[in-house]
Amino acid sequence: MKYQGKAHVFGDDINTDYIISGKYKFKTLDMKELAKHVMEDLDPEFYEKVQDGDFLVAGRNFGCGSSREQAPLALKHAGIRAVLARSFARLFYRNAINTGLPVVECDTDEISPGDRLEVDLEAGKIRNLTTGKVLTSKPLPPVMLKILGDGGLAAHFLKYGDFHLTGEME
Amino acid sequence: MGKTIAEKILSTHSGQDARAGDTVVAELDHVMGQDGTSPLTIDVFRKMGGRTVAYPERVSLVIDHSAPSPNEGVSSLHKLMRDFAREQGVRLYDIGSGVCHQLIPEQGHVFPGALVVGADSHSCTYGALNAFSTGVGSTDMAAALISGKMWFRVPETIRLLINGTLQPGVFSKDLILHLVGDMTADGATYCAVEFAGEAIQALSIEARFTITNMAIEMGAKAGLMEADEKTLRWVNERYHGPCQPVSPDPDAEYREVREYDASRLEPQVAVPHRVDRVVPVGEVEGTPIQQAVIGTCTNGRLEDLRVAARILKGKKVNPDVRLIVAPASRRVLLDAIADGTLTTIIEAGGAVVTPGCGPCVGTHNGVPSNGENVISTANRNFKGRMANSNAFIFLASPATVAASALEGKIVDPRKYWQYESGAGVVRGGSG
Ligand code: SF4
Repeated sequence: MKYQGKAHVFGDDINTDYIISGKYKFKTLDMKELAKHVMEDLDPEFYEKVQDGDFLVAGRNFGCGSSREQAPLALKHAGIRAVLARSFARLFYRNAINTGLPVVECDTDEISPGDRLEVDLEAGKIRNLTTGKVLTSKPLPPVMLKILGDGGLAAHFLKYGDFHLTGEME
Repeated sequence: MGKTIAEKILSTHSGQDARAGDTVVAELDHVMGQDGTSPLTIDVFRKMGGRTVAYPERVSLVIDHSAPSPNEGVSSLHKLMRDFAREQGVRLYDIGSGVCHQLIPEQGHVFPGALVVGADSHSCTYGALNAFSTGVGSTDMAAALISGKMWFRVPETIRLLINGTLQPGVFSKDLILHLVGDMTADGATYCAVEFAGEAIQALSIEARFTITNMAIEMGAKAGLMEADEKTLRWVNERYHGPCQPVSPDPDAEYREVREYDASRLEPQVAVPHRVDRVVPVGEVEGTPIQQAVIGTCTNGRLEDLRVAARILKGKKVNPDVRLIVAPASRRVLLDAIADGTLTTIIEAGGAVVTPGCGPCVGTHNGVPSNGENVISTANRNFKGRMANSNAFIFLASPATVAASALEGKIVDPRKYWQYESGAGVVRGGSG
């Protein structure tokens, strides 16, 4: 799986209230509607700027705060293909995997706004097409790759009716 | 090599020898969802092909975040939860019951050694009862409803040893704010945190909940305490099944052990907009405030309301301040009515709202205006947390919030506390 897209860069400690404010998430289950408000406290035009397949790039502790799955879902529905950060908060990381939004831990200091990136999930390689630099990421544990590969935990359950991860856990 | 509490609980529930770094699928003792996460859970449950909940008696749905509903959109989500609960025979705590993290332990759904998940980040609260409990997302919860299980990566553990005794007017909230400040907001990411030591043992169960509640604010997956006599007494009054308290082995492997001395701790305040930007109250004394909030899953318990009432008794909240009080549950509300606590607070000028999350997360019940300062007993002060990104939220103990409400500015509560209770008579570790 290789993806190409443009980088939208944010800083450290982007919490779930920034990603999608609590005032919206309680109102609706319509993710397309929520997606319009994604990141708006930090960049009111974010939704307009994102093109399908772009990447969100951030610093440390991305997605800290609440357990709201609306955060990865709204990003996904806004067209974000994957999130790259120096580190992720645990709940966001988990929810992203479960909802099928790839998360990549790497040294994001090397990425500037607007850079074009090519992300190879299996190989753990991020090629910055603008600067020519290549970054590597920690590979995802097999259980998470399996869930992502199935398209998220919902798709996994639809396929197997239960957890079917044993082969991946050795 | 010995095991931590987290490794032991995940071992017994997965039937595997679970060690930090392993991934296991484990059986759950209880599953909780609230009104911000359950509607999406129900949606995903159907999309996953779910037809019936595996163990309805192990499930609680709580309507607390926007309770009663402030608008039509929320009303239809609440209805979705009520219909689902009826259809599946799962327990529903409707509006007025209280905050999920108060209800789940208070109603006897948690016990030592249990494995619990909640579709809410502060589900780590129940660790005060020696349960491994952690926050999960809606998809996780849907999978748990269908299968009764969940996948876990077994966390490494950080042990925080708190020695000494908290001084009068200094509370468990001050302690956890200090620990979060020291560990930083992501200092324990992916890890479990064991809280131990004499300062923890001296705390009431209510005060311990305040500590484990905020484990997530240092990024932790779970906050854990050992069960002692106090724990067992508290649990036995509410839960009547078998339970197996779990202690860490003496040779358990920790990622890190840190020691603290509670004796020298002063009242602490987290300043906008970060939970880990924590200073002694003296550094922000005099900051004007327009709204004060006592409540939430961190500090909305009877003990907290009593601390506030003790400070407010016979006085009036500053006319430039709105004091909003949200009892954590119906039980707390009733008890606070019965012992006069609520009368004291209301006479002082407090506005009491329905038991639940209150204004904590900005869904209703007291959204601050532009440029306003709020001092709150909650656990988060992120920009926009209370639905206005131009407001500033300070976090503190119920005593600091009550004292600040009286003066219209942030103040050190110790003068009121000592004045009211006599220095040294009431130990400070009870809030
Ligand atoms: S009181 Fe606040 S922190 Fe606690 S569950 Fe409710 S919204 Fe979350």
